Amino acid sequence: MVDRSPRDPALDAAFKAEIVTLIPHLRAFARTLCGNATAADDLAQDAMMKAWDARASFQMGTNMKAWTFMILRNQFYSEKRRSWRQTQLDQEAAERTLVAVDDPEAPVALNELRLSLGMLPPEQREALILVGAGGFAYEEAAEICGVAVGTVKSRVSRARRALLAILEAGAYDRDGRAAGDAMGSILADAERLSTAR
Amino acid sequence: MKGRSPPVRNAGDMIEHQSELPSVGPEISAAALDEARLRQQAIGVRLRQMFDEVVNEPIPDDFLDILRRADKSAEQG
Repeated sequence: MVDRSPRDPALDAAFKAEIVTLIPHLRAFARTLCGNATAADDLAQDAMMKAWDARASFQMGTNMKAWTFMILRNQFYSEKRRSWRQTQLDQEAAERTLVAVDDPEAPVALNELRLSLGMLPPEQREALILVGAGGFAYEEAAEICGVAVGTVKSRVSRARRALLAILEAGAYDRDGRAAGDAMGSILADAERLSTAR
Repeated sequence: MKGRSPPVRNAGDMIEHQSELPSVGPEISAAALDEARLRQQAIGVRLRQMFDEVVNEPIPDDFLDILRRADKSAEQG
């Protein structure tokens, strides 16, 4: 295994306490990668255990969130590489899940945002999620994805423009439903949220 | 939100990358820029909301169970 030397129980406890606070974020990131909620939780659990096994190599006090996100992302892509066939099936399942997001309680624009995100190239979607939703700096996102900072910046910028274009054109896969005014509804909602604050 | 920059940062990025877009007349671009900024901000708010929906879900028990078991085997190991 990774660590054979005896571990300081206090260190392990501190590590564990911190990783517990990251579980919700790992689940959210996994959900954006997998689409399917069950597969996402499996991925998040695997990543959590990989992080635990590798805890000896983690320097307490450094950015554990970025470190665990990198582990989760690597896990996701190595599983994808192991079986491209499975990947295809996952992709189909994810698409079904995305399309099946049909909770009548959910605001219309949120579903449309999900569908539109699904149309972005994976590397753009990932960069936008990390920076735009995960709260990571460009430098941290670059480290997580293993690319240059400039690459992340351009991916995020392209993703933002593409997302806006898709939403404005109503070009997301609506599964046969009538086109709603997604952009109008997002704008109205943002206004409501910002005034409520 | 924990230590998150205000959505204004996103709008700044938009402006920064506007130069990549085909140029339009100055009077049009100023209005279009405001509009694009507003829309990008709105999408940003939604995007965080979508992510935070999952973040705010209660942690499923299996996560904590797995960690508890790992903890035990570490003590015994």
